[in-house]
Amino acid sequence: MHIVVVGKLVPDLVEDLEVDASGRELDRQFLKLVLNEFDEHALEEAVLLKEAHEARVTVLAPDADGVDDALYTALAKGADRAVKLVGLGEAPSSRQIAAALASALPSLNFDLVLTGVQAADDLDGQVGMLLAGSLGLPHVGVVTGVELDLDSRRARVRKEYPGGWLAELEVQLPAVLGIQAAKQPPRYVPVSKVRQAMKEHTLEELSVEPGPAPGLSVRRLFKPEATGRAEFLDGGPEEVAARLADILAQRGLVR
Amino acid sequence: MGEVLVVAERFRGDWTEVTFELLAAGRQLAQGLGGTLSVAALGHGTTDQVRALGAADRVLYADAPELEAFVPEVHLRVLEAVVRSRQPRAVLVANTSTGMDLAAPLAARLGVPCVAYCRRVWAEDGQVLAQSQVYGGKLVAEVVLEGPGVLAVVAGSYPAEAGRVSGSPAVEEIPLPPLEGTRTRFVRFVEPEAADVDITREEILVAVGRGIGDRENLGLAEELAAALGGAVCASRPLVDNGWLPKNRQVGKSGLTVKPKLYLAAGISGAPEHLEGMRNAELIVAINTDPKAPIFDVAHYGVVGDVLEILSALTEEVRRRKAQG
Repeated sequence: MHIVVVGKLVPDLVEDLEVDASGRELDRQFLKLVLNEFDEHALEEAVLLKEAHEARVTVLAPDADGVDDALYTALAKGADRAVKLVGLGEAPSSRQIAAALASALPSLNFDLVLTGVQAADDLDGQVGMLLAGSLGLPHVGVVTGVELDLDSRRARVRKEYPGGWLAELEVQLPAVLGIQAAKQPPRYVPVSKVRQAMKEHTLEELSVEPGPAPGLSVRRLFKPEATGRAEFLDGGPEEVAARLADILAQRGLVR
Repeated sequence: MGEVLVVAERFRGDWTEVTFELLAAGRQLAQGLGGTLSVAALGHGTTDQVRALGAADRVLYADAPELEAFVPEVHLRVLEAVVRSRQPRAVLVANTSTGMDLAAPLAARLGVPCVAYCRRVWAEDGQVLAQSQVYGGKLVAEVVLEGPGVLAVVAGSYPAEAGRVSGSPAVEEIPLPPLEGTRTRFVRFVEPEAADVDITREEILVAVGRGIGDRENLGLAEELAAALGGAVCASRPLVDNGWLPKNRQVGKSGLTVKPKLYLAAGISGAPEHLEGMRNAELIVAINTDPKAPIFDVAHYGVVGDVLEILSALTEEVRRRKAQG
């Protein structure tokens, strides 16, 4: 059983994001990149499956600032191989990544691809779902739990719907799954284990061609004009609490 | 021709709210393109329900047992056949749990662009444009499609009422492509666990997010909720951490709430969260980041230490209640 986790680094949304002078792209000069949070869940689910079955886990991510750290961390968490996709340029679109993977993945002989359900920069669609479409593989997104049956080569997955509903689906492998949440929160690894992984492993590199991205152009990128904006209450905690209590009392919410 | 094709969404035997929102969006887009509006209605036992989709000029329906429950691979195969035969200018899909399994794969199969997270779609000079909320809603990308494309529209972006028009659309049956050899099978639905508290019925909700820091701090939110006579709910990350049960989650994959007071503590306001609470009567947000998107939907905002303010407000509310 060979599980491939596809991850990508995205801007850390905790930081301020600025638009560059062209008005169409992100100003990437001081951008801090982190592994997409849902890809963290995909990795966790893969490592859980590895622990439950005889499985190998390979993690792939396009080259970006900080990708080495992210890949070594993945190895420290339990991935067996980590592969950097090079040749995609800075900030490839989801479509370019998916097209590159569609040509590179078959040679890896995978049984299952896990990716995050979505990423904050998926303007042109989600990598996993685009990949499934290109390869003609069965796919399920918004998945919160995967069980494998190695004998029948099937995965049983739970797909989330609004309101707490879940659907159970059975998928023949190979398949692509978009992970919303792993069965448990992504594990934490101490820096010492990451350092150890750096000594024990080398990152592989896989040269890919950026695939074609069909006719879509960004005309402008901008901060949303808020239709409404909160009225801000200033002052120390007690002062603010008193003002808030007044507001609630006026509406009959403190009785 | 400028045909716009809306993909109707079903859940447990009926069209979902977002279907009508898509019809509203599709109607405007079709007008802008000078074309017609079609709706693809895939399901089983749909025949009597297609009239509800009267906002469209044409209902293309497929009624088959294989389409009873949503199976991504099966629905994709049928939808791909429909789109290949009709060649619409734009396909509108909901950016939901089911729609996300269709939009990107469909675009990849057809070799046309996909735009995710759309909040607006419109036409200018015969071209299709969309505004997509990217980077967790921090930025908006305005994109132009050169040719046909697939647009995934976020729930709550268009008024459902505008798409809930009864009419007498032309009804055509979709010739089904071969469905044997599909590799995905629907097994069953799992019902939500019974909740001790139904947050959709609470008038006062104290909502907590990642910004509260540690699990122990949940107590502060519970104390405030108790003082106000409300309940505690949460954004996704806290539920994923197992700090609160799923039935307390507000947002896209959780519940939609409309309380008299929604006090968001340490919630930045990702689009998926806003989808579930933006229509609350009064929204108060407390966050350390003055630029957090939650302040765009909040009526009152406090920038500061979430824990200090929660404690101070609890004390203040208790004091006032004690005074009567």
